[in-house]
Order: sequence, then C-alpha cells, then structure tokens
Amino acid sequence: MVKTGVLKIATPTDFEIVITRPLDAPRRLVWRAMTQSDLIRQWLFLPPDWTMTCCDEDVRVGGAYRWEWAGPDGKIAMAMGGVYSVVVPHERLVRSEKFEFGGQPQDGEQRATLEFLEQHGGTLVKITVVYPSKEARDAALASSMEQGMSAGYDKLEALLASGEIR
Amino acid sequence: MLDRVFHALAHPARRMMLRSLADRERNLSELAAPLKMSFPAASKHVRVLERAKLVRRRVVGRTHQFRIEGKPLTEANQWLEEYRRNWERNFLRLVALLDRMKAEERDTNSGPQKR
Repeated sequence: MVKTGVLKIATPTDFEIVITRPLDAPRRLVWRAMTQSDLIRQWLFLPPDWTMTCCDEDVRVGGAYRWEWAGPDGKIAMAMGGVYSVVVPHERLVRSEKFEFGGQPQDGEQRATLEFLEQHGGTLVKITVVYPSKEARDAALASSMEQGMSAGYDKLEALLASGEIR
Repeated sequence: MLDRVFHALAHPARRMMLRSLADRERNLSELAAPLKMSFPAASKHVRVLERAKLVRRRVVGRTHQFRIEGKPLTEANQWLEEYRRNWERNFLRLVALLDRMKAEERDTNSGPQKR
C-alpha cells in the first residue's frame, strides 16, 4: 500500500533541512535501494522528461559518488557528487554534496546525513542536510519551487498545444 | 524577504508567539508570559518577527498590540510545500521499487518449494 503525504520537512535551524519519510520495508532493502547505483537510477530525483545519465557509487569511507541528469535536449542539465565520510551499513551514511547546474558548480557544499531507523517493522529514513550558510539553505528550498513552477508551466504549455485550453 | 521569514521561524519561542497570535491580537506581556520570558527578551523576538513582516505592531495609547500577518507565512509555506512535494515524488518511486524488491525476495525464498 502506498501512503502519501507522510513525508515531513523541517527547518530546525537556519542552516538545516530535515526530511523524514517512513517506508514499509526492512532497513537492508532501503539501504540497498539508496546506495546501489542500478537501484538509485530507478527512483532518485527525476524531474519530468529528465533522465539519469550517470550514477556512480563507491559507498565506503573516502569513496566518491556522482550523479548526472540530462534534460529533454540530451544535454547534462544537473550533476551532483561528493564523498562518503561515514558508512555504517543499514544504519547511517554521511556524505558531502555539491551541485552543478549547466556545468557550473555551486559555491560551497553541504553535508547530508542519512539515517535508517527501525520503526514499526519498517524503516524511517531521516535525511539531514546542513548547508554552509542560511542563504545556501534558502536557495535549496527555493530551487524546488522554481522546478515545480517550471514543471507546471511545461504542463500548461502542453495543454495549450493540445488545444484543450483555448 | 523570505530568508528573514525562515530565520524568524527558526526559533521555537517565535513559532510559539505566532501560534498564540493565530486567534487574536495580543500585547507584549501576553506574548512573553507563556514563554516565561523577560520583557526585553520577548521584545527582541517580536522585533525579529516584525522585520520578517510576520507580525504588525499597533500602538494603542501606552500598549503595543501585535497582530499576525498571513502573507509571508503563506509564501514560505509554498516553498516548503513544493520542496516537500518534490521529495515525496522521489519517495513514491522508492516505495514502488521497494515493493518490487520485497516481491523478488519472497519469490526467491519460496522458489524451491514451488518447484
């Protein structure tokens, strides 16, 4: 059964975003789905019409990861990567995160902690992202808004093109 | 402006003040009392809320009345809501993947008995 609307977002400090989401699956499966590249490809962060073109994972302390996405035109639109600093299988991951938009790396990087907590026979995933500044944190929140809005405009354009709206 | 809103919302005392303003206008002592806070401390928090335009001050004789302003809060909520929705879309795909993984595991475990 799919539960919707159970994802929680909190901003406990000026620098943080905390995401929690309960999942109806044991920790070891959630861990695999979130660390194995062929599985990550099947769910992670796919804006409409985008494809994940690279997903390299070296999940060990000091190991790097890199994800790339291409837009509808086939060009790399966004990339993200970093290095793992804590790896406790089935329990905890800490990694750095740095985004690139259209080939331009962002200033600074953030640190993400992923926790896999056993809960009611399932798993509570808790992602804590600590940004280098409040501005960076707010920008991360705002970027989602822009994406959501542009996806909305795309839909509107498609509707207009289809002649459903006149 | 929105970063001021998020900064204002980052402190539990200020969130509590906003909650207590949700139903009606209040003065500074009404805002300070439930927080067990000194006047100057409460006044500092109120000023942060004012700067974020979350709260508006109205001077009535010698007392200052405070009232909540909805618009900036709505805007901040829209940000959070869109961010939340983006992540939820990811997680819904993850849920579907986990269901497939669980089914696969069940098939593998029950495989030899079926044959």
